Formats: sequence, C-alpha cells, structure tokens
Amino acid sequence: MAGPLFLDLFLALRRRGVAVSIQEWLALMEALSLGLEKQSLTGFYNLSRSLLVKTEAQFDAFDEAFLEVFGDLDVPIDLPAKLREWLSDPLRYERLLGPGIAEKLRTLGLEELLRLFEERLREQREAHHGGDRWIGTGGTSPFGHSGYHPSGLRIGGPGGARSAIRVAGERRFRAYRHDRILDTRQVKVALRGLRELRREGPRDELDLPATIARTCRNAGELEIVFRAPRVNDVRLLLVMDVGGTMEPYTHLVERLFSAAHASRHLRDFRYYFFHNCVYAKLYRDEYLHEPVPTTQVLREIDDRYKLVLVGDASMAPSELLSPHGALYHDEMDPLPGRDWLRRLADRFPRAAWLNPQPPASWTWGTTPVIAGMFPMYHLSVDGLEGAVRALVGARGERVRRTAGLT
Amino acid sequence: MEQSFDLFHGTSRYIVSDALRDAVNVSVALARPLLVRGEPGTGKTMLAENVAEALDLPLIRWFVKSTTKAADGLYVYDTVQRLHDSRFGDRDVRDIRQYIRLGPLGEAFRSAGRVVLLIDEIDKADLEFPNDLLNEIDEMRFVVTETGDEVVAAHRPVVIVTSNNEKELPDAFLRRCVFHFIEFPGPDLMTRIIGVHHPGLPRRLLERALERFYWLRDNCDLRKPPSTSELIDWIAALRRSGLGERDLEGADLPFLGTLVKKETDLEEALGALRGKRGSKPGPDMRWR
Repeated sequence: MAGPLFLDLFLALRRRGVAVSIQEWLALMEALSLGLEKQSLTGFYNLSRSLLVKTEAQFDAFDEAFLEVFGDLDVPIDLPAKLREWLSDPLRYERLLGPGIAEKLRTLGLEELLRLFEERLREQREAHHGGDRWIGTGGTSPFGHSGYHPSGLRIGGPGGARSAIRVAGERRFRAYRHDRILDTRQVKVALRGLRELRREGPRDELDLPATIARTCRNAGELEIVFRAPRVNDVRLLLVMDVGGTMEPYTHLVERLFSAAHASRHLRDFRYYFFHNCVYAKLYRDEYLHEPVPTTQVLREIDDRYKLVLVGDASMAPSELLSPHGALYHDEMDPLPGRDWLRRLADRFPRAAWLNPQPPASWTWGTTPVIAGMFPMYHLSVDGLEGAVRALVGARGERVRRTAGLT
Repeated sequence: MEQSFDLFHGTSRYIVSDALRDAVNVSVALARPLLVRGEPGTGKTMLAENVAEALDLPLIRWFVKSTTKAADGLYVYDTVQRLHDSRFGDRDVRDIRQYIRLGPLGEAFRSAGRVVLLIDEIDKADLEFPNDLLNEIDEMRFVVTETGDEVVAAHRPVVIVTSNNEKELPDAFLRRCVFHFIEFPGPDLMTRIIGVHHPGLPRRLLERALERFYWLRDNCDLRKPPSTSELIDWIAALRRSGLGERDLEGADLPFLGTLVKKETDLEEALGALRGKRGSKPGPDMRWR
C-alpha cells in the first residue's frame, strides 16, 4: 500500500463535505497512539467515525469515504506503520493540505504526537503482551525505517463478527442523508428557525434583575418590576402550487404544509393554493373551489408576513409571460402570470421559492425567470434551512435578487 | 491520562452494540464528552445510568429544559432568598456563600471522586447553550463571581450528553465530542434486549411479537413509530394478561395502544393491519 492511508481518509471525507477539523483529526491520532482501535479494522471504523463525524446525516458519506480508502483491503493493514509514515513525513501533507494547515498541525501537536507514539512503543517493549498488541516481538527502533516489524496485527479483532468494510459497504445510513428526504419532524425543526422574538402583550412576567436593581436603589424597600413576555413575531404566508406537474411532489408539499400548520410558535400562518402560476385568483383550498382575488390577498396581508411559494416553476412560457396565459378559461385574466408574481414579490420583501425539482434542472424553461424574482431553494432539509435563514436574516435587508427579465 | 480503556461492556440490564461500547470507552479514555443521539426510546438516558453502574461511579443528572441556562449548571445565586433574609433578618446576609447553590456541573466538579455527569436532552435549551459550557468543560474549573471562589474539578467527570436532534448543535461543541448514533436495534440485538427485561419469555411468543412489531414499524407510515421501550411494555402487557403467540395472529393486535400512541397513528396502524391501505390523507387532492 502506497501513500498515507490515514490522510487519504481525511481528504476523502473533506471531499465529501464532511468538515473534519484538525482538532478532531488530532484526537483520532491520540486515540490511535493509545491503541483504542484495538488492532482491528472494525475498531478503527468505530473509533474514527465516532471522532470524525458528528451527525448521522454524514454517516453515509463516511461509509463512502471509508470504502474508497479501505474498500479493496482484505489483507491486514499496518496501522502503526502508516501512522508513523504520516507523522514523520511532514512534507507530504504540506503539499496535500497547503502550508497553513500543515503549519498549524505541526505547532499544535506533531511533536506531542510523536512523543506519545514513542512512549507507546517504549511501553510496548517493556510490558510485553505476546503478540496481540500493536508492536510485535522484534527489536523495535522506533522511528527508523527498517527493523520495525509489527507481527501481531489482526483484522476483525475479538468480537468483530462483521468487518468494517462490510459495515461500510452496507451503507445503512443512506436514509439519514439530509439531501434526500424531508419528514414532517425535520420540516418542523427547520421551521422553528423562523423566529423573531419581541416583548409584547401584558406585563405579567417578573423582571428579576430590574426588581433587584430598583430594590437596591430603594435601599432595600422591595419594588417589583414586571415586563411583557417574549413572543415570536414571525407571520408566514404559504402559497402552494397544486398544478398537474406538482403531482409527484404532493407528499412533500403536504408535509411542509402540515408542519407549518402545526408550528404553534408562529404568530400567524396563512396559506393559499394556486394552479401552475399565480393569476388573478388564489384559492383557500387545495381543490381550488374557494377562490379569493389575488388583489384582496395583496391588500389584506401586509409586508410583515414572510412569503414562501412552493412550486416547480416550470410551465409553458406563454403561461408565465403572455396576457391571457392561464390554461383555464375561468381565469380570464389579461395580466400575464409573471406580473402577478412580480406584484407578490414587491409586496413581500421577505420571500422565498421552494422548488421540489432538483436544482440541476433550474436552468431551463421558465424556472430562471421565476428564480430571478424569488430566491429559489430546493425543497429538502438543506434547502428549507437555507430559505429559513434568508427569511429571518438581517432586518430590512432585501434578500430578493433583481429580476433579469426583458 | 488514565489508561482506562475497555472499562465498559454494558451491564446485566443494559445491552450495548459493539460500536456504542467502543464509543463509551473512547470517550472515557480521551476524556471527551460523549454525545449520544437516536430515536426516542432507544435508551439514551439509560446509557448514562448504566455507564455509572458499570464503572461504579455516582451519577449526576442534569435534565435540560428550554429555559435552562448554561450558568445554571455551574451555580445559582439565590438572590430572592437573600433579599428575603435581608428583610426578615433570618440569616446573616453578609455571607453570600450560603446563597450560592452549585448546579449539576458544579457538583460534578466539586465531588471528591470521579462521577458520571449526564446532560440530558441538551438540544432543548437555547442554541448557544452548548457553546456556553465549552470553556468550563475544557478547563474543568470556574469562578463564582459573587464570592471569588474557584471551583476546580479534582477528577474529570465522564460526561454523557444526549440529544434528540431538535436543534443543530454548534460546531465548536461537536468538535470536542465523541459522537454515537444509537441505531434502532435489529432483531438479533432486540432479542437480547428483550431477554434482559423479560427473562424466560417463551421463544415462539417472542419471535411472533418481534415479527409483528417490526412489521408495524416498517409498513405503516407512523408519526411516532413504536420504540424499544414500547415493545418492552407491550410484551409486559401480553404476559400479564396471559396471551400467547396465537393471539397475535389476527388483524386486531391486542394492546395496540401500548405500541402506538397517537390517534392518527392508531388509525393508520389499524387500517394497515386490516389490509385497507391508503387511509392517509393526501393523495385525494384533486389534480387537473
């Protein structure tokens, strides 16, 4: 095996967006120098995962990286030798990591690590456990390049019925990936980010610090101060497309809707439905039975509301851009859909568009036109979190991009 | 650094997977907090109790609530009591020390021996809560500002933190932790777990109960799928009422309410058990 195996794992993880920090990496090195991997690849798998990955959403990425680095290994690997090789060859990781990080690594703990490792080797020579520890029986010159023969290394150590490669190969954590699914709970958790706390209402909460301060000022004569409780001031307006092309995403939209509906922390929650594109009417129900003039919505709901539109943003260009573009003649409407959307965008400076279609497809058709009016996010856990962040971002700052339309 | 690896193997009442056992031991050996996440009912809180039992150390529990502040874990200065005393003259209010009450973290530091500290459901508190603890957990000391006293930990406690993932925890905090995700136990591990809680359960009954249990979990779209603790309760109910494996055959599963606790879930489960699927709301939206 050529190349620093451990560093490969580090780099493979970072390539997959698992932001392993130097601190965590050093913790792994420390653990290895203590022998915590128990000379088995399964032990190493458990150890490195528990130190390098801090959310089950990235377990799958870890499995991928682990497979990439160790996947074709069925021979015993020489863990300590690899560690030593890596540690004693700073130039190599200088090149791979860039000088800044390598510098940090060195000052942070390379010497320390080497010292620990050396200690370990010495301890091994003194307390000799007969071939089931890292270091075998040979006379070991700790950091020389020859004369070092680990012989007692076993893979799949005691109790390791399953090898780490097989565990990784099963990819059991695929379902936990954040970019894959949205369940109601995840949506609720994401929506909880919609918070802007403000003190409002009757003053019925004891303000202890103020009470103490006033009482002190009164030389001990008790004066009790009350204040209003903190409440969330976020109002949400959810406008959902239930058009034919949205059918495959019904369950997703439904989950978003039910989660928003159940989110009691919102100050107010209003919702409307539309079909394909917003025209002169919005609907109170998903069956499109109860129309409300869009102008009325624009009039009644003010800009304190945050607008979230959900739709695939893909339609025939005429449905968006032409007068009388609506597909259904009950929507006799001279104004093109784009202009209605523009009115919404102007009315609600805090707005986001959630698109269930994969972002890679957003470059075609009518999607870029709509993305020019509303910041567009993928209808996934990550996308929803991004949208929530943008919606509660710095006050007064317009998050909307200018429309690139002519 | 204490050379204390492989201390924890689970206990007679608590069965751990190999990966969890390793994670506990790594956390003890590296003196880093162990962060445990997993579905509700997979025994996150019980883990701390059993680690304490296995290591024969006292356990200090800190149940975090949405109003808990990090400073509360160190100490609380009971100003109201002091104010009260100053007005009614029960005690000498010049001695502030008597109004300082140590919180769970403070107690863990001041304890004469090593302890296990459980910080339960850390994600319930404010987003900044974990960050506010970092310094104290790293340094293992803090100063009581009011008195100038310094509380220094004689022994680094074994810190176990549980989270239900309601909030994202800050990166700086995560970097210091050893992380373990308790997967939902598969049938083999579950059989061992049930064996601990219901020794001597007839094999056929156990097999059939597990089969039905996993079927419910896998085939129904439940908001709160039944977990290990519900399964244990369900089997207890079955045993207490003297039911056998044959009673688990039909569509009417006895004591379904001990497994499925939400009304909508109950309807869903009943629908699925009786073979009438599609009771879920949703696809009946009318599309054009």
